[in-house]
Amino acid sequence: MNILVSLTALSKLSASEQIALLFLSLFGLLVLVTAGGVVYSLRDRPEPQSKAAQDNWKQFRRDLNATWWGACLFWAAWISGPVGATVLFGVFSFLALREFITLMHTRRADHRTLILAFFVLLPLQYVLVGTRAFDLFSVLIPVYGFLAIPVVSAFSDDPQRFLERNAKIQWGIMVCVYGLSHAPALLLLDFKGYEGRGAFLLFFLVMVVSVAQIVQEVASRSLRRRPVARHISRSFSLRAWGLGLVGAALTGALLFWITPFDIGQALVMAVIAAGAGTLGGLVMKALKRDAGVVYWGNLSSITGAVGLLDRMAVMCFAAPVFFHSVRWYFKL
Amino acid sequence: MYLAQAAGLLLAALARLITGTQGHWKGCPPTAEQRIYFANHQSHFDLVLIWAALPGELRAVTRPIAARDYWTTGRFKSWLTAAVFNAIYVSRTRATPDDDPLEPLVGALQHGDSLIIFPEGTRANKGEPQAFKAGLFHLAAQFPDVALIPTWIDNVQRVMPKGEVVPVPILCTVTFGAPVRLLPGEDKRAFLERARAAVLAQRPVAERVA
Repeated sequence: MNILVSLTALSKLSASEQIALLFLSLFGLLVLVTAGGVVYSLRDRPEPQSKAAQDNWKQFRRDLNATWWGACLFWAAWISGPVGATVLFGVFSFLALREFITLMHTRRADHRTLILAFFVLLPLQYVLVGTRAFDLFSVLIPVYGFLAIPVVSAFSDDPQRFLERNAKIQWGIMVCVYGLSHAPALLLLDFKGYEGRGAFLLFFLVMVVSVAQIVQEVASRSLRRRPVARHISRSFSLRAWGLGLVGAALTGALLFWITPFDIGQALVMAVIAAGAGTLGGLVMKALKRDAGVVYWGNLSSITGAVGLLDRMAVMCFAAPVFFHSVRWYFKL
Repeated sequence: MYLAQAAGLLLAALARLITGTQGHWKGCPPTAEQRIYFANHQSHFDLVLIWAALPGELRAVTRPIAARDYWTTGRFKSWLTAAVFNAIYVSRTRATPDDDPLEPLVGALQHGDSLIIFPEGTRANKGEPQAFKAGLFHLAAQFPDVALIPTWIDNVQRVMPKGEVVPVPILCTVTFGAPVRLLPGEDKRAFLERARAAVLAQRPVAERVA
């Protein structure tokens, strides 16, 4: 009963007040978790720790850092408005595509094609997001880019591995540009009676996908089920994946009040987004195996920094599926 | 002068945006001792990359070598090399047989400057560097106290291959190795071969999945 009362109180606040509350609770939670981590690291631990415990601790620190980055990015995207959000995600697309192309062995003849991808298609896609031209935005890369890329490649007069080279570049811009550009598109999507609350939609997406990832990670560690594709990922099992989806569904249903959906719709949307994201993560793992690396990012990095694409990949798959499902179902 | 400094900073920022260039000081720290950095050469971008990888205070005293016949044709090229990079021009051809092409380099080293040289003499478009020219050996013999730093620039041929003008964004690294010294009595060919091997040894090996 208490919850219902407070929810009605919340819905009486204006959009900007609700958003402020959202960020306040997000950063408050992060501060609490970080403070807890600091206290934990200060504690005396007499006996030498096991390797697994140390690895877990490192993983936790890395994930926490990434969450901080993600939260700050989210906040920056929101306060800077449509133009700022578009530019911000455009820069991230650029950096992610740079990482992707570095590991794909392109040939000299791909030079002009890459210029087209980086300096024409990428900016154009984000201009379309910024101007809310969502119809053209949805087809620019899959339709027009799909033709333009191989045409420019053909002009460079090098038939060797032609299909493979073009497929790599098309794939790279689909993931790093097309996929990621749907994140600012969510911020700018106009829902009737939901104006000015785009940030909640992006927040909803990020939350359900992260919960699915975390639940799946924890489940695969404790369940020890047979992996579906052992050569690609030793931890991905169907049961862990399913548990991740259940986690996402529950989170989505609990968060329904910040979205324009009702409880059932929020639950289904959460499952769709989380399913797309976690499966996309598996695909990116396969790609990394193919390229022979552990992480995207600078190969010989001595800092041990994880690449940006490692953090973004899941969103690159979840955002477009979520966006187009919402747009199709609500006929926006 | 401000314009040249601003152009230098802009170029370094641009190099960072396009290649995310990182200097990996594996064999030596970036200190202010007198040095000759010698590197593989695959693109005009090489120079900007090494330059961007150096800490700001070292850039002022580290001077690259530019070929006179290429870099002095046209006002922009001369301004870029002379004012922005403070380059030293070297002739690739001798006007008279007595001409010493290394003379300007010797002058700069005596003055206390550090140098960036590409001992292959021209841009290679194969993966491995070509045989080194003798200049490095003569400088090493004349200035035994100057540290010779082998340097490998990775991936840059993909950023801007010979003949292209627009760079494509691809991650690059610049790796600095441990100093190479001329051994007593070592002959020219052996030294140059050893120096080339030292450059090649800095090439990063991809972290492979076990």
